[in-house]
Formats: sequence, C-alpha cells, structure tokens
Amino acid sequence: MTDTREYWRWSERTWHAPDLDWRQAGAVTVGVDVGSVSSQAVILADGRLLAFHSTRTGSSSPDSALRALKGASEPLGLALDDISYAVGTGYGRVNVPFAQRTITEIACHARGANYMAGPSVRTILDMGGQDCKVIRCDERGKVLNFIMNDKCAAGTGRGMEVIADVLSVPIEEIGPRSFEVDEEPPPVSNVCTVFAKSEATSLLRAGWSVNRVLAAYCAAMAQRVAGLIERLGVEREFFITGGIGKNIGVTRRIERLIGVESVRLPADSVLDPQIAGALGAALFAHSLYKKALQEKAGVQEAGSRSGVAGA
Amino acid sequence: MISNYGYEDGSGFYYITIDSDICTCCQDRGCVTACPQGVYVLEVDDYDELVAVVAESRRKRLRELCSPCKGQNGGGGTERHLPCTDACPGGAIRHSW
Repeated sequence: MTDTREYWRWSERTWHAPDLDWRQAGAVTVGVDVGSVSSQAVILADGRLLAFHSTRTGSSSPDSALRALKGASEPLGLALDDISYAVGTGYGRVNVPFAQRTITEIACHARGANYMAGPSVRTILDMGGQDCKVIRCDERGKVLNFIMNDKCAAGTGRGMEVIADVLSVPIEEIGPRSFEVDEEPPPVSNVCTVFAKSEATSLLRAGWSVNRVLAAYCAAMAQRVAGLIERLGVEREFFITGGIGKNIGVTRRIERLIGVESVRLPADSVLDPQIAGALGAALFAHSLYKKALQEKAGVQEAGSRSGVAGA
Repeated sequence: MISNYGYEDGSGFYYITIDSDICTCCQDRGCVTACPQGVYVLEVDDYDELVAVVAESRRKRLRELCSPCKGQNGGGGTERHLPCTDACPGGAIRHSW
C-alpha cells in the first residue's frame, strides 16, 4: 500500500487574544508576510497583539495573503473595511492587494524580533522557506546591516520539507529525533535540496539509521548557516526567527557552532518565531497609521489657522 | 542600514556601499547630480526616510556605468576622487575599488 501521508506538512496555526475586543480599539493594523513557503497575517488592536494566522503559501500570492488574513480576522468578525492600515512584506509583498505599503522582510523581521525578544537583541537569524538572512539591528529594532545566503534553497525550510518526505518523518519531529543518536555523525556533504533525496537514500543504504541521517542533515544545515552568521559577526543577544527557528535540531547545533545561545521565548508565550516578519509589518503599519493621523491633524490645524488669518 | 550594490567583472567582485543612517543626515544629496551616469536616486526607505539608493534601472548595469570613473581612479588605492564619493561629505557612499 502506498504511504499517502504528507510528512512535510507543518501545522498551520491560529491564535486570538481572549481578552481583547477590536471594536473598542481606535486602530486595527495588519501585517502580512507572504513568504515562499508560508504566509502569515498578524492583527494588532491599538498596537496590542489581537490575532495571527500562519498558513502555507499557494501558487498565487494575493490569494495566500487573503487566506492568511481571513484565517486571523474571520473568527473575530473583522472585515477588510475595518482595517485602518495594512503593510505587506516578504517575497510576495508587492502582491498583497489590501496593503497600503510594502516594507522589506529584513526590516520587518528586525522589528518583530525586537518586539518578541526585547530591545537587547542585536543579531537576528531569519531562517525562511527558501532563503536565510543574518540581520544586525539596534535597540529599536532598526536594521544596521544584513547578509543573505546565495541564490540557493539549500539549508532552508524547503530543504527540511524534502528531507521529511524522503525519510517519512513528520517535519515537527525532525529536531528532537535528530538528537536520538549515540554520537553526532559528520554533517552530510551536500545540503542541496535537489540532491537531498539521493544523498539521504544512499546513507540509508549504507546502513545509517533514520535518526542518524536527520542528525547529519541538521548538522550540515547548521554548519552552512553558522558560516553566514560568522561573516557578519554575532553580537548578543541573538534571536532566531522563521519556521526553522522551531527546529531544535538545527537551532541547538547553530548555537553550539557559534558559541552563543539564542534568546528563548518563555514556555507560556503565544508568540511564534514564524510570525516575526508579519508582526514587524503590523508594528510598522501601526506606526505609519499614527504618523498619517498626525500629519492629517497638522494639515487641518494649518488650514484652520490660515482660515482664521484670512478672516 | 548598509546596502551593498555589486557587480562582477573579469578582475573580481566590486561593491558600492551606502550607509543610509549617515545618508539621512546629509542636506545636499549632491551624489544624485554628481554622478555622470545618473546611478543614484533618492527613495523613501523602510523607515520613511529619504535616502540615496542605486536606481533600480541601473543596478544591473553598474559594471558598464561605473567603469569610466573606476578607470580614472586607477582602480584602487586610498586616494579616491570619484564624483559620487566627493559629493558625499559624510562618507555614506563607499566603493570597494
């Protein structure tokens, strides 16, 4: 019988603040991050976290953006017209139909990480679906410098999905299972997503256990990313965002290689490293909305003053 | 934020680096008019600040557009008298050549 389970499929997630009513809020702002693999929407009510939804990106970026937003907004009875300001970010940011502004995911991840892990964060590693970035920021979450991986999806979220399917291991179990080995194996020589399948199969054929292959793959991914981090340099505190941020098989090995522990979110935190970009976009949306209101008030005040002077 | 705009030619990899935090302090924005090839334009960045960037239409042509100035400069050394860097008193614009 053919195995039809989709091992790569990670759980989509929705969260709503139990004690917050958006109808009482003066501003409802939204950030939507359309990534190459996943899309997230975060809604803020007067700058406080109201809801978020994380879903898989489909073939159409506008549809994915809308799906992410609906996942967060529909259970609250919140319609598009109720949104004061929306910012689009991520790979598909220019295709977010309801966004008033687009901002790069680099700036949004820095701002989101600053909110999630605090102002002491200076180095952020964003491990996305098809790319990987190291970002240096200041205490306000403003980007100072950044570096990206080269044009290759090796060692990113999509690569991990391929490995999950090849080894028939649910993607969320890869991290813990990669530590269930007697000794740490050498990293696989090739983290190329295209060759991952043949490399994993050849290791299994050579007598390696599934967990050992997982450990070797996670180690190779960590090694590749650690090289990128070292090129920019690590300044404490260090925080990891993006989907792979939830895979301890990779994150713990990165920490070991660079010799710096990343900031951990409290166990009872509702925040998810995968929503950092959308959260940053929503925070930008909140600031931009406030700024637009202030400018409007300034123009009205100037208008009324010139009216008085004219009279 | 530090942005790098690069190109590769037969002699190696080269970058124009713009530090937007320094650029925002500049009143003149002389780089836009100083560049004979019109490489720079002003753009609102992610933080709503007006900064100099390499124009989108010029990004893939830096090898050809920057080569005349690079040639005059001798391609290296510490004495750099490029129109764009001379017009940038704060040193926000730097070149790797």
